Amino acid sequence: MDPLEAIKITFFQECEEQLSELETGLLAMEQGDSDSETINAVFRAVHSIKGGAGAFSLDPLVRFAHVFETTLDDVRAGKLAATNTVVKVMLQAADVLADHVRAARDGGTVEEARSAAQAQTLEALGDPSTASASSVPIFDTPIAPLAPEPQASQDDLMGDMVFTPLTVELSEAPASPVWILKFRAKPSLYAKANDTALLLRELARLGHVELLLDASDLPNLADLDPEGAYLTWVITLTTDRSEADIREVFEFVDGDCDLSLTPRPGEFETDPGPQSAEGPMPFEVAADVLTLIQQAQAITIETPIQPAQRINTSVPQAANTGSAPADSNGAAAAQATIRVDLDRVDRLIDLVGELVINQAMLAQRVAESGVSRSSNIAMGLDDLEHLTRDIQDSVMAIRAQPVKSVFQRMPRLVREVAALTGKQVRLVTEGEGTEVDKTVIECLTDPITHMIRNAIDHGLESTEARVRAGKSPEGMVRLTAAHRSGRIVIEVCDDGKGIDRPLVLQIAIDKGLIDPAASLSDEEIDNLIFMPGFSTASTVSNISGRGVGMDVVKRSIQALGGRITITSRPGLGSTFTLSLPLTLAVLDGMVVSVCEHTLVAPLTAIIESLLPKREDVRAMGPDAHVIAIRDTYTPLIDVGVVLGYRKSPLDPTQGVALLVEGEGGSRAALMVDAIQGQRQVVIKSLEANYRQVESIAAATILGDGRVALILDVDAVVATRRHDKPRHDLKLAAVG
Amino acid sequence: MSDQIHALNRTERELISFRISDQEFCVDIMSVREIRGWTQATPLPRTPSFVRGVINLRGAVLPVIDLGSRLGLQTERPTERHVIIVTRIGEQMVGLLVDAVCDIIAVTDALIQATPDVASDLVDRFVRGIFSLEGRMISLVALDRVLPDLEAEAA
Repeated sequence: MDPLEAIKITFFQECEEQLSELETGLLAMEQGDSDSETINAVFRAVHSIKGGAGAFSLDPLVRFAHVFETTLDDVRAGKLAATNTVVKVMLQAADVLADHVRAARDGGTVEEARSAAQAQTLEALGDPSTASASSVPIFDTPIAPLAPEPQASQDDLMGDMVFTPLTVELSEAPASPVWILKFRAKPSLYAKANDTALLLRELARLGHVELLLDASDLPNLADLDPEGAYLTWVITLTTDRSEADIREVFEFVDGDCDLSLTPRPGEFETDPGPQSAEGPMPFEVAADVLTLIQQAQAITIETPIQPAQRINTSVPQAANTGSAPADSNGAAAAQATIRVDLDRVDRLIDLVGELVINQAMLAQRVAESGVSRSSNIAMGLDDLEHLTRDIQDSVMAIRAQPVKSVFQRMPRLVREVAALTGKQVRLVTEGEGTEVDKTVIECLTDPITHMIRNAIDHGLESTEARVRAGKSPEGMVRLTAAHRSGRIVIEVCDDGKGIDRPLVLQIAIDKGLIDPAASLSDEEIDNLIFMPGFSTASTVSNISGRGVGMDVVKRSIQALGGRITITSRPGLGSTFTLSLPLTLAVLDGMVVSVCEHTLVAPLTAIIESLLPKREDVRAMGPDAHVIAIRDTYTPLIDVGVVLGYRKSPLDPTQGVALLVEGEGGSRAALMVDAIQGQRQVVIKSLEANYRQVESIAAATILGDGRVALILDVDAVVATRRHDKPRHDLKLAAVG
Repeated sequence: MSDQIHALNRTERELISFRISDQEFCVDIMSVREIRGWTQATPLPRTPSFVRGVINLRGAVLPVIDLGSRLGLQTERPTERHVIIVTRIGEQMVGLLVDAVCDIIAVTDALIQATPDVASDLVDRFVRGIFSLEGRMISLVALDRVLPDLEAEAA
């Protein structure tokens, strides 16, 4: 890949992080957090995006980020109060900024009018007089990439505000002893690849440093030995450390320099320095080594003509470990992450999966060989089993990610839907740190988006209706995530009007979804909204209510091996509860036998299993059967016939029927020979080395090392409609 | 001298030869990952008869093709004496069921003759060329054609 492209990809990844930082910060400000750190974090996010975008010449993004940054700078400087109105505008601006970033990444464009309007609103916040006077003056000014603006010059110089320069006055530490160090490097010091800048920086960590460069020995350029050493530093160090600590800094250059260390000889200014002919030359110590070297070079060359000047010594806060050790440790811990290619993690997971299977096989072989359970071998195997389990858990944890990435998209959605519906909505999120496998995370966004839209559009009442009902005018939608018994449970809860059961029932009857005579429990009525083709919205809005609503959500959740339930209390609100497996790499399965073959049926699809009685099974047509389950006739499908293991169906009384629910809620009873048990199995793809096989979802490897196939229940149920088995049988008979 | 070695390397290749009923075939050694004994395969529903099923290759699901059946030869039920040659075909790993592995042989491209025009379509499709070695006739198998989905594309 083009290296620039690779950097660009990283830039956009970082943009996403910055955008979420930005949103988090703004939301905190909305909640009344006016801490300067929060405002700085917000400013930093926008500033970094602008800086990076400038490097890639993403002009529309830079222009918008610049306007945003300018307004934020006013807030930071205290010129603009972060009132609720201001933060709201900024949240909208953050949305537009996010659009700009995505447009730049995906090659689209952001509606110029919307962007310009938002920029104008932002400018109006910062300076009401200019905004009305001209259209958008900033927009006509092209911004040079990475050019430091006057108002942010300090930050730009420091690279991304990692270091906040802090001026420390000498008078602040009067109690500490003062040491005068005279340090002159010999040529051998440089020859051994030592760097005086690093030594001086080390010294700065010990305490307050005032540094004078004595460059008087520096000869004219013609006489200068490029490998010689001519510089002497006179360092005034205010520190509580011992002499040994100070000497330790120079431990590695011992013998390669002249070092004198004298305690408190009197006032610094009065000390002329014995080698000084033109007077000492102080200069700024900065944390950045490069800066230091650049300045040293500049001064070295300019020494003969430069008058002596005194600059306040700055000790960078970040480098000053003595003053804030807890802070820097905390920051280091939070930053201790690495980016790893997902393929590598997947490979690791595959290998560990193999290890687990191998361990199980080994254990089985040892057990078969008749080794006693208390023998050393068996005990060693037990330890191995524990270790492999631990490794598997740890490896799966690598792929686990907090649901935060999904939850973070929701505040924007809520703002937009609230604006469209004219309702006042507050989103409360809990359990953002709940971790779940990456594959599951990717599948969560759509269902949650749909459920939240639904909660605002259908669940919450209009502001007037809420006031009439004696509720707070602001509706609340609560989004929570939690781990519960090995699954992740996500709840979308609103404090709206609840499900209007009589209306739901009436609509279902009107649409012919249910029998008018049927009597349904409250729960059954609530679940009607998951039926295909059901939509309670009397008018089709562009938010939700196209009639492809909750049944789609339910189906996509089921496809992930999840369940969705609803509880509703009239007048108090509804709660949608999603329960999903923590990973898509393992599956809870029912292990069954069909014609001597072992198959796995996904447990989520199975409603119940039963032993059919002869009188329950009826023939329908030439070779189809139905089974009566509590007076409902359900098609009976012989799995062995569908998979071509046998030609004629098993005698129903000799087997077990699994009542399953397929796509769209259609039910069928699948006949198998026997149930072996329930087991968690690791899903293995068939497509990786072969191709998709009809009626089979995937494969897995059982404890005995054999491959077992996982049934695609939907496909098996669907084959009945296509009449495939009989078609094949006829062909076989003819041929 | 080095030029000669270079030229030799360029034209000579190593092949693994194996036996199916009484005929001898070979594949390029570079496409062979490993050779293992026959283990009972899990049959796949609704697949051509030459697909014996899938086996567990250290955690990966590996399809096993009965090469004899694929080439239209009479094959017996696989026994423990049969061998699976694990080959890489494109991005996929595929096991080939054969009777026995015979030899590793080095041949130069010049020795390989075009497939004689015989009546069988199967020979035409799956044999890339033949050569003679110590009086034995060995056919070079066109590996990229043995998978059934590729056949479907060609048809």
